[in-house]
Amino acid sequence: MIDVEFLGPINKEPMKVDISNLSQLREILKNDDEVSTWLDTCAVAINDTLVSKKDIELSSGDKISLLPPVCGG
Amino acid sequence: MENLELFEGSLEVEKITNGWYDKYKNSNYGAIITFIGVVRDENKIDGLSFDIYEPILNNWFNSWQEKAKDSRGDVFNHESSYIAAVCSPKRRIALELIDEFVEDFKAQAPIWKYDIINGDRIYAEDRSTAIKGYGLLS
Repeated sequence: MIDVEFLGPINKEPMKVDISNLSQLREILKNDDEVSTWLDTCAVAINDTLVSKKDIELSSGDKISLLPPVCGG
Repeated sequence: MENLELFEGSLEVEKITNGWYDKYKNSNYGAIITFIGVVRDENKIDGLSFDIYEPILNNWFNSWQEKAKDSRGDVFNHESSYIAAVCSPKRRIALELIDEFVEDFKAQAPIWKYDIINGDRIYAEDRSTAIKGYGLLS
């Protein structure tokens, strides 16, 4: 299972999903009303490293984080 | 990397900046440049509130050589939420670095800002910037 967490203002509890790549995650989240509107602007991290492509093989226990737009300082 | 420190609530500006000055004044840096971010009284806010995601913030910071302090939680108007400093033997390098560092911090560090208005916490969406690589799942 893969852990998915939603950071900052996304109002959603973490979830566990049975997937092997990010395209499958996209299919799940685009049908989720709490998250779908965030997908256009969110960056994605796998195990706390930001990623820039979807074709990454996921392993059980991996953690995916969705990071909405930021404003520090 | 020097260090990154996080505090709950507003920052004790004098204590932090005096401490850095005392620590580095004898290191023969020709320039110590400090940036202090202060919460403005505007748009009827009582203050700002911040969420921070530490693991990625640490990764972001590891690529820099500076020193920075940042708040999490609530910081009220006219208090400080952010202090960063750059030390360099050359003032021009320090001035350029502090500019780049503060801009990159605002645009890429995993920190989310909220206005505090009448006790409610409202995401500052219009002042926020999507992190590089955004939209991967769109």
